[in-house]
Order: sequence, then structure tokens, then C-alpha cells
Amino acid sequence: MRVFVEGVGLLGPGLNSWQASRPLLAGDAAYAPMPTVVTASELLPAAERRRTSVPVNLALAAGRAAFVHAGRDAATTATVFASSSGDGESLHHVCATLASPEREISPTRFHNSVHNAPAGYWSIATRAHGFSTSLCCHDASFAAGLLDAAAHVVVDGKPVALITYDQPYPEPLHAVRPIGASFGVALVMAPQTTDHVFATLDISLVPGGASATRMTDSGLDAMRAAVPAARCLPLLAALARGAAAVVVLAYGEENHLRVAVAPWQ
Amino acid sequence: MQPLAINHFSIVNSLGAGSAAITGALRARRSGLAACDFETATLDTWIGQVAGLDGFRVRSDLGAYDCRNNRLAQLGLEADGYSAAVAAAREKYGAQRIGVFMGTSTSGILQTELAYRRRDPQTGTLPADYRYAETQNSFSLADFVQRYLGLTGPAFGVSSACSSSAKVFGHAARMMAAGVCDAAVVGGVDSLCLTTLYGFNSLGLTSRAPCRPYDTDRDGISIGEGAGFVLLEKSPARTAVGALLLLGVGESCDAYHMSTPHPEGMGAKLSMQHALDAAGLAPADIDYINLHGTATKANDASEDRAVFELFGAATPASSTKGSTGHLLGAAGVTEAVIAMLAIEQGLLPGGMHTQNIDPALHSNYLLENRDAGVRRVLSNSFGFGGSNCSLVLGASG
Repeated sequence: MRVFVEGVGLLGPGLNSWQASRPLLAGDAAYAPMPTVVTASELLPAAERRRTSVPVNLALAAGRAAFVHAGRDAATTATVFASSSGDGESLHHVCATLASPEREISPTRFHNSVHNAPAGYWSIATRAHGFSTSLCCHDASFAAGLLDAAAHVVVDGKPVALITYDQPYPEPLHAVRPIGASFGVALVMAPQTTDHVFATLDISLVPGGASATRMTDSGLDAMRAAVPAARCLPLLAALARGAAAVVVLAYGEENHLRVAVAPWQ
Repeated sequence: MQPLAINHFSIVNSLGAGSAAITGALRARRSGLAACDFETATLDTWIGQVAGLDGFRVRSDLGAYDCRNNRLAQLGLEADGYSAAVAAAREKYGAQRIGVFMGTSTSGILQTELAYRRRDPQTGTLPADYRYAETQNSFSLADFVQRYLGLTGPAFGVSSACSSSAKVFGHAARMMAAGVCDAAVVGGVDSLCLTTLYGFNSLGLTSRAPCRPYDTDRDGISIGEGAGFVLLEKSPARTAVGALLLLGVGESCDAYHMSTPHPEGMGAKLSMQHALDAAGLAPADIDYINLHGTATKANDASEDRAVFELFGAATPASSTKGSTGHLLGAAGVTEAVIAMLAIEQGLLPGGMHTQNIDPALHSNYLLENRDAGVRRVLSNSFGFGGSNCSLVLGASG
């Protein structure tokens, strides 16, 4: 399945934007880990902004940046959201409250705990009334989202934004499901070339496990391994280098994704 | 869209296990709802509980996945000969060529709730037997179903609250159209847990009586649990008369509020229109609408407005949530299966518990069962975050 990449949004530890991170990802500058800087999205009305969680802010920030890069209208573009963890803070608060004598769950915590909360806030923020979905595939959530988004682009012939994000769980869940950092990434993909297209991806699901492409930089590779959403990094590195490359993304034990990246003039 | 063939499906909920039990309960107008006695919940509400899950264990080779949600999944996979039908499909297409796309809103969260009660008093750590990936993660259901059925193709979980297991039909259709797989196991499971019982209660959305969709005095939902599975295959050039088909999927976002539907039903109308467009049908082609019909003030008013604007007052419509309760992430597939049973049986199920239809609602809401020829059904599923999905199912010929 061939898709045309128009825009990238990125927010991670020491990765403050796609534009600022390109030299690091391409191997032209040294990577230095720093905490992810996440702020409430200006896209949302003030009343909603007060209630948003870190995953929502991650998703909205990455998504917004990708649409600015793509020069595309978010209101009329389909979205595929993918996350392994969803809102871990809300899950923790809900379960801790339910284990206590007082079971008064906060209504905001409850509605933020749904896996599609970022998709809901995104549609409110961008006034997007079209297609949107929210997926999960544990460690392969980025790969599953990419496969689904590509199928959407190819079958429906319409642009799609893939927005993937993860946030560390608080303890005690962190001990059983360690996620290394807050990370959000978005790709705006079109079915044909436009003025903003800068690369193509040829994506195929291949039977059999395979070794995933790794990052050359040990810090970036540690991040790739520690955050499901950061499994995208080798693909972003290929986009940052601007040269043809084949990237392998793990997709469970039985499959992998082969992504042929090529620059587009 | 290209219609997809549906030769096999299964269903389990508080009405019973298997299509015959569900049809029997609908015909007899027997509701599965009862006063809430789930676990340690002390809430004045009604629930639709599946009997026997506490004493049941998942297949031993998948013991790590054992939790209420996956137990219910296994009951569903063994109902209506479903797992045997998938085994035959696996022989036909190959394990690699069958996708698994599963909807759930809370997966096995009850397992996490119970583990939190057993945290180490000193360190706060979770008990050693707690299995996050196999029970809590939103992929755990799809992972369990894929392994249970011995499939190895593309798989993922869809979690968009109460539209989850309707949206899986769209994902499967796209994956098949893109050539990523030749057939798909789609469906969903949601099981009772304290999170949804206390969560919906915190929003003032649970009824103290069995839920009464479209009633003047409706005051909220009754939460239920259930599982449903459908095997989607490419439709042959010539289908037998009466063969069941997925004809259309429509999806939209309200872009309005996280937990309240658009007051004018804007998103609901869009999703129904998209589903009709995908099926190449007009509103008059639909014989019955299985409403989302949760029995909250806001949902029924919003949905009714959308249905009335699109269909007028002619098309018979009802919500089956008075019978099953609201199965949340499993509602979409459950009501898709009920739509197919309506077609097979020529039965329009009347909504239960509703005494006086709200005069402010204008759709043709059915209060009694009606025997009638049913060719095409539209089924609505709307969720938190303004996530809407409508399906059109029909019989060929």
C-alpha cells in the first residue's frame, strides 16, 4: 500500500518538534534525553483545556504540528488514533478509588479514561465530523495504526492522520507495564502527491517475525524500546535522512511491517 | 462498499447463550435485567449479567488470559458453532489471511480493580499473579481471540467506547478491500466491572429501574455484559437468496462534548447517512432500525431527532437495551447480530420496559413485537467522545 507523507508531528523526551529533531534523528546531531514538555493544547476551549489529561495533550500537540507541516485542514481529515496505554493516570485513580471505602469516582476521570478520549477532544478542537477511530495493539500499536491508516488512505482514497501516543503509568502499574516516557507522534498521509508531499511509504504486512530496525544512537534506541509509540523512530529517522530506506516494524510474534521509505520531490 | 458475506455469527448476553436463546427471549419478551448484585457493588441500579462466569475458566493453554472479559469471549466463541466455523475458514483461507478486529471499552479492567484491592500494604505493589498484557491492555481481547482461534493474520483492538464493536466492521471491510486479509473475525466483548457501574453512576446516567428507552420518564441506562462475533467473508458474485450481508458502514464524530451527544443529533445523522450511502440505499429501503436507544434523556432525544429527520415517522424502530442492557463496547456487534436475527426470523423486536413513549420523540418506536418481512436493518451505536457508527445489514435477493 503506497501513501504520500505530507506532515510529521513529534513530541518526546528531548524531541520537542519534528523540525528540531530532524538532525538528531538523521544522525547529524547528538541526542540528549530530556523530559517531554507537554502543555495543554491551545486548540481547545478554556473549559475543556482544564480537564484534559497528558495523553490528550500529547495527541493534540503532535497532531496539530503534523497538520501545520502538511498544510492541510484538520476539520476535513480522517484520523486514526493508536495507543498502548491510553490514560494511565485515570486508570490508576479509578482503580485506587474503587479499592477504597469511598467509591466516588470523578466523572471527569471516568470519561477521560475511555481509550478514545484524545479522539473525542481532537474532534471538538478541530471541529472534525468525519471518520475517526481509536486502536490498541499493545507493543505494536504504532504498527497497527500505520497499517489501518494506510488501508484507509488506499481504499477510500482520502487523506488520513495517524496520531500515536503513550504516557507512563504511575505506580503500581508502572512496575508491571513500564513505559519509559511521554511520547506523541503524528503522520499526515495522502492518497496522491500534493505540494506538501515529501516522501512515500510502501507498507506491507509480512508473515513471520523479524528483527525490527533499530536506531543507531543508543539513547534513541532505548527510547524506541521503552515506549510503544516510539517504535516509530526508525521510520522517522528514514524520513529525516531523506534517502531511500527499508524499515522493519515488529507486529506481534507472527508478523512484521515492511515499510519502504522514499523521498519525493 | 462491496457487500461482505456473513455466514456465521454468535451471541451471548444476559438473555442467554446462542442465537436460539436470544431469539426465544426476544419472542417471549423476557428481559435479562435484574437488580444489581454484582460483586461488591452497592448501587441502586439494574444490570444484565451473564450467569456462571465466576466459576468458569478460559482454556487452560491460555490461562494467563483468564479474566471475566476473556471468559465471556470464550463463551461467545463456543456459541452457535462459531469456533468450528472459523476453524473451517482457517483451512480455506489460511491462518495468516484471517484478520481479528475486536471492540471493547474496558477489556478485563475488573482484574485490575481486584488486583488494586490486593496491593501489598507495605509497598503498594500489585500481586504477582496480576497479568497486565493479557487482561488489562485494550488489545487483550483481540490477542485472546486470535490465539484461541489459532489465527495469525493482522489483529488489533478498537476502543471507542460504545461504538467499538460496530466500528470493527468498517476496519475489517477496509483491510479486506486493501488485500491485507481475505476474511475477518470481528466482534466485541464487554463485561461487568465496578469502573463502568460507578463511573456511569457518577455521571448520573444509570437508571434505578430497568432502563426505559424512549419513555417520557426514562432516567438512564442499565449496564449489561455480553459477547458477539461475526465472520466476514468476501461475497461471491452470486449469493443465495436470503444470504446475510454487511451492506454499509457509516462513521462520524459529534465534535461536541466528551459525554453528551450533540443535541440536534448532527453526528448521529451523519453516521446513518454515511452508512446508507455506503450501501447505496435510501432511507425508504430500511425495514427496521435498531436504535442505540440507551434510555438517557440526552441520547434518545438526540438520536430521535436524527432518525426522524432522515427516516420520518414511517420506519419501525426500537432499542433492545431494555432486554439486554447497554453492553457498551459489545453493543455494536450484539445489535448487529440482533439485526440479522430480525432478518432471519422476520421479527421486529418491540422495546421493553417503556410505558409511555415520550411525546417529544417522533420516530416510529415499537413497543410490541411485530412479525414482518425484514430485508434490511440499520443499527446505531454511539459512544463517549462523540464517536458514532451505523451499520446496514441485509439479506440478498
